[in-house]
Amino acid sequence: MAAGAARLVGRLGLLVGRRARNYGRMGYSDSAPSRGPEYTTDLAEATVSLTSKQPLPVYRVLSAGGEMLDPSQDPGLPGETVVRMYEKMVGLCQVDQQLYKAQRMGLISFYMTSYGEEATHFGSAAALHEKDMVYAQYREPGVLLWRGFSLDQMVDQCFNNRHDLAHGRQMPVHYGSPEHYFQFISSPLATQMPQAPGYAHGLKQAGSDNCVIVYFGDGAAQEGDAHAAMNFAATLKCPVIFFCRNNGYAISTPVEENYKGDGLAQRALGYGMEGYRVDGNDVLAVYNVTKKARELVVDEGAPVLIEAMTYRLGSHSTSDDQTGYQDMSEVKDWRERYFPRDRLRGYLQSQGLWDQEKEDELVSVTNETIRSAIKRARAEKKPSLEHMFTDVYDVPPLRLRRQKEEVQAMVAKYPEHFPTASHE
Amino acid sequence: MAGRLARSLLQRRFGQRLPVRLASGEAYVPEKPPVEGKTENMKLVHAINNALDIAMETDSTAAIFGEDVGFGGVFRCSANLRDKYGSNRVFNTPLSEQGIVGFGIGLATQGSTAIAEIQFADYIHPAFDQVVNEAAKYRYRSASHYHCGPLTVRAPYGAVGHGGHYHSQSVEGFYAHVPGIKVVIPRGPSQAKGLLLASIRDQNPVFFFEPKWLYQAAAEEVPVADYELPLSKAEILQSGSDVTVLGYGSQIQILRQACEMAQSELGVSCELIDLRTILPWDEDTVIQSVCKTGRLVVSHEAPLTAGFGAELAATVQAECFNHLEAPIQRVCGWDTPFPLIFEPFYIPNKVRCFDAIRTVVDY
Repeated sequence: MAAGAARLVGRLGLLVGRRARNYGRMGYSDSAPSRGPEYTTDLAEATVSLTSKQPLPVYRVLSAGGEMLDPSQDPGLPGETVVRMYEKMVGLCQVDQQLYKAQRMGLISFYMTSYGEEATHFGSAAALHEKDMVYAQYREPGVLLWRGFSLDQMVDQCFNNRHDLAHGRQMPVHYGSPEHYFQFISSPLATQMPQAPGYAHGLKQAGSDNCVIVYFGDGAAQEGDAHAAMNFAATLKCPVIFFCRNNGYAISTPVEENYKGDGLAQRALGYGMEGYRVDGNDVLAVYNVTKKARELVVDEGAPVLIEAMTYRLGSHSTSDDQTGYQDMSEVKDWRERYFPRDRLRGYLQSQGLWDQEKEDELVSVTNETIRSAIKRARAEKKPSLEHMFTDVYDVPPLRLRRQKEEVQAMVAKYPEHFPTASHE
Repeated sequence: MAGRLARSLLQRRFGQRLPVRLASGEAYVPEKPPVEGKTENMKLVHAINNALDIAMETDSTAAIFGEDVGFGGVFRCSANLRDKYGSNRVFNTPLSEQGIVGFGIGLATQGSTAIAEIQFADYIHPAFDQVVNEAAKYRYRSASHYHCGPLTVRAPYGAVGHGGHYHSQSVEGFYAHVPGIKVVIPRGPSQAKGLLLASIRDQNPVFFFEPKWLYQAAAEEVPVADYELPLSKAEILQSGSDVTVLGYGSQIQILRQACEMAQSELGVSCELIDLRTILPWDEDTVIQSVCKTGRLVVSHEAPLTAGFGAELAATVQAECFNHLEAPIQRVCGWDTPFPLIFEPFYIPNKVRCFDAIRTVVDY
């Protein structure tokens, strides 16, 4: 009732305001309303013009060859931290190659590589606090690796064996790990986005010094959930970093068919938050930007949008073939000139932190780790049938317990029709 | 070449050994053409593509749109159509399901034939508001002064062997609860072509769910002509005297095998019915059959509780009460999310359906 009355008064006020502007000569005030911008009779001033805005440039620190472009932008990380970034990046590249092959051999049902986008994972992860909550899309496993999720754990999830933390219920690459403050991945796009400000709001209310980071792609950014997420975060002042991996393609659809404006970063202005555009293939630039964003988010308790410009060098997943829709000369150019792993290696070598001998040893050790992980994971049993029914609710309802008994009876009655032997 | 690319894409999408569906390995049984005339061997994906091609050819207002449909769609259903009809009529949209359905409603309301694709039925939910509150009520709220009848929304649904939570779901139950839309699910290539053309031309919004595990796995002789099959009309696929076995979509293949098993192992004669249209559904065909056999087994992949089988069972018990010899059996997915590694235990496979037939006969 009171709210209704207030709205009515507000409307009357607006009406009076309009009358005031129209009939100023009759003694009404001609000033702008107490809330809102000034008036103008110059339409040009009130125009949002497509020609007046330049595309936002892309912030970078390293040249394509890995040379520090401006020493003032050197994040000053200890050598071992940058080496660790590189080692983890190589781990991701190698595990991607081998799991991709495993899918081709029919050992796992599906896979998605991060090929070409590795720097977005490690640059951002290294700039976060290890307890900042991660809401990932599905192409950010490097964030988990940075936090200590092992290659073995990745492989176990992709083989859906009994060691998979989610009991083999989801497709490969749908990782998650509470130990590493990483929410479990959901395939539908952008659904994680409005959840991130909710979690962040909870952290803020609890007086936590941590924030939330939510990753998404240029495709997901077109979903309704993306809009709701950014508007909620800005309006409710939630400490969340929106991190967009703009890799040029949503499966086959190029960004030109997904949006007409200047990418994502400039949308920040529309929502009322800070935004940055960064070279997503430059791990140190991504680090600097994420670090600055985190400071802002935690200090101000408000969201920030980062748009990392990168390029998807591989197909969307093992389910499609990029040669059907991507210009392969463009792919080749990005691989040859902007590959994040080569760029970081160039930097490390220029700093005397890396050489061929170290490279050979790392590649050989990593490959061996992954090979033995695959061999082991493949031989493991699948999770127990029990887990088809656990976790639907906190406590299985009676009807579900009866259904479980029904399945067990069915399996006992017709054992040759169920693959029980492969399960724990 | 295009065929090869399509095959390789689908194989990549769902692993190289297709279809790794069931432990018992049911295969698609080709059917006789539903209409006379010249035929070509088509897989389900080609029959859908052929229906879309005819719909575009015969109606200059028709447009096909959705995520990735420009290059042919992730399942290749719209392959080559952009080249043939131009990018004004076959086009990618931004990635937003609510956008796709809302845009389709507007386009259809203007009078154009709108053929939207949602990449997976699992991803249709952001459009739920546009479906339930808009598409379904557009005609009613304007007393038919406006309607979005020329809208058809296609989406692949159902189990495929390795889709997990978000590439396997059967969503027809949600939409069966929405008066004002139609829901159609074909069981194979020639049915899909005739039912899709009828759906596209029907003057009500139609949701057309395609069994994705059959896109490449089902092939048969499909008439090349332009033909429609009736909506809201079930089809008796096999006459029988002891048990009515009722389903739709890819589950029909499983039920065929269960009926054969019941015949060979128990000497039981099953009457197999494909419902084809879920909403509004053909009560008369089902009721007549159950009044004759006195027993009913209903099966779908979607979870048991509040699945469409519940509606079928409730109507049949009301209409056939005096004829029923046994309680109606429902063989469905369990009441859990679709669980990747447990799929062989989750789906209503051949032996579960067979066991239900045995139960109603032994009652």
